[in-house]
Amino acid sequence: MNRPQKTHWRARAVLLLPSLWLLLFFLVPFVIVVKISVSQTVLAQPPYAPVLDLAAGWRGVEVFFAQLTAEGYRLIVTDPIYLLSYFKSLQVAAISTAILLLIGYPIAYGIARAPRSLQPLLVMLVVLPFWTSFLIRVYAWINILQRDGLLNDLLLGLGLVRGRPEWLSSDAAIYVGVVYSYLPFMVLPLYATLEKMDEALLEAAADLGCPRWKTFWLVTLPLSLPGVAAGVLLCFIPIVGEFVIPDLLGGSRTLMIGQTLWTEFFANRDWPVASAIAVALLALLVVPIVVYQRLQTRQLEDLR
Amino acid sequence: MRRTSSFNIVAVALGLAFLYLPIAILVIYSFNASRLVTVWGGWSLAWYRALLHDHAMLAAASISLRVAALSATAASVLGTCAAIALTRLGRFRGRLLFSGMVYAPLVMPEVITGLSLLLLFVALDVDRGFWTVVLAHTTLTMCFVTVIVQARLVGFDRSLEEAAMDLGCPPLKTFFAITLPLIAPAIAAGWMLAFSLSLDDLVIASFTTGPGATTLPIRIYSEVRLGVKPEINAICTIMVAVVALGTIVASLMTKRGHARRERAALAAQV
Repeated sequence: MNRPQKTHWRARAVLLLPSLWLLLFFLVPFVIVVKISVSQTVLAQPPYAPVLDLAAGWRGVEVFFAQLTAEGYRLIVTDPIYLLSYFKSLQVAAISTAILLLIGYPIAYGIARAPRSLQPLLVMLVVLPFWTSFLIRVYAWINILQRDGLLNDLLLGLGLVRGRPEWLSSDAAIYVGVVYSYLPFMVLPLYATLEKMDEALLEAAADLGCPRWKTFWLVTLPLSLPGVAAGVLLCFIPIVGEFVIPDLLGGSRTLMIGQTLWTEFFANRDWPVASAIAVALLALLVVPIVVYQRLQTRQLEDLR
Repeated sequence: MRRTSSFNIVAVALGLAFLYLPIAILVIYSFNASRLVTVWGGWSLAWYRALLHDHAMLAAASISLRVAALSATAASVLGTCAAIALTRLGRFRGRLLFSGMVYAPLVMPEVITGLSLLLLFVALDVDRGFWTVVLAHTTLTMCFVTVIVQARLVGFDRSLEEAAMDLGCPPLKTFFAITLPLIAPAIAAGWMLAFSLSLDDLVIASFTTGPGATTLPIRIYSEVRLGVKPEINAICTIMVAVVALGTIVASLMTKRGHARRERAALAAQV
């Protein structure tokens, strides 16, 4: 009688510790972001009003609610700067995710069809860059893409360009940086599903006289769709909010939403608008995030 | 029947070349004697020597290493607890919310996590600096530890634990004597991933840091914005070398562990 109860208590402790941590440092901060997104900007420390004054009792709460405003949200839906920046983020995320899928699929397929003994090494080679700093990998491309960089040296040497075209500060540079940085995120989930696939199915198709491209289209691709979904979401969601890549490689004409948020916060010190942008960005990503979580949970459940 | 077509080989080779060429170029040019980044002036260690005298950079590196070690350790403890809760407690109340909070930071854009944590610290009136970055990085990285440890917990043989308990071993002792050693490689891998993510993070650290706590990525970022410098190539090369070495050592260790376990299993059968 005694023991199960004790286990129960300990089991609770195991749950309680991470729960409290995530509540305090993940969930509560969001509530604060939402609250500040409906506050007003003031020249003070902290630079927003109202601040909830609990010492004033019920009166304080009333004053607090009376001062809330949707000004931040009104601004981000009416000022084209913000809408353009949302649109640009979605565009960059969608196009680069498509490119990632087109590049990542053959790589994952090639690894999954390589000799078994070689596969762990190949997977490690794909993962290794993911362990190296993001910042370093983006910086490496500045070395290559800058005006007197190696790409122009190569193109000039081959006689393909005249003069030295500017590659940095362009959308093309953003796409190169994003595809380069996120490639492991696309290849790994694809490889995980392709590697599990039963090869007897492919043999059966071949025996029945199905050409290889058709087998791929009718058998391999449909069976790998869970991996495709995982890879696409794992890339698309963070790319929408990306800051470092567009900031270092992109131009300053149209900013991505992550950069706009950063500028509002650090340069303009407009905390309510920055918070409103964050809330709107999250609203945009809530559906893909929930779908991703479903996939993640189902995958771990399948393992069991 | 496993046929490796030339298309597959070309795809993998090109993919790996794309992944490694830029880093290789960066490493090679860190040994360039010329101040001009694109003109090759012969081999030299000048930029590594210059780094030794860059006190701001060294201070930032030391702060980053301490933040990474502390937050990775805290994240390993919290992440392992969360993984155990998710795999062993079955359907408890609030499970959906809990798993949501665990997985969301994995894909959450960093600007949102950074901004929300900063606003929390402001609301709590906490002075920002070293410790707020540690707290922020712990929150970010514990979820990665959870995913790695959870995969290991799901995939392992529970009969060992049951055998120990049947023989009268109390649950807590069973955990430390059986479960923990079995999931230790996953926790170690999680710790390393947490460490490297913390060492790498620019955005969340920029939001949550304060005066006197400039981390290495913040320092590198402010230099990079001004253009390419050979010193930056040098410090990046050092970081790449450390990570490569760590990954190779870790993979050798797990391989040896595998071999040992297989030998033990074989011996048990004989």
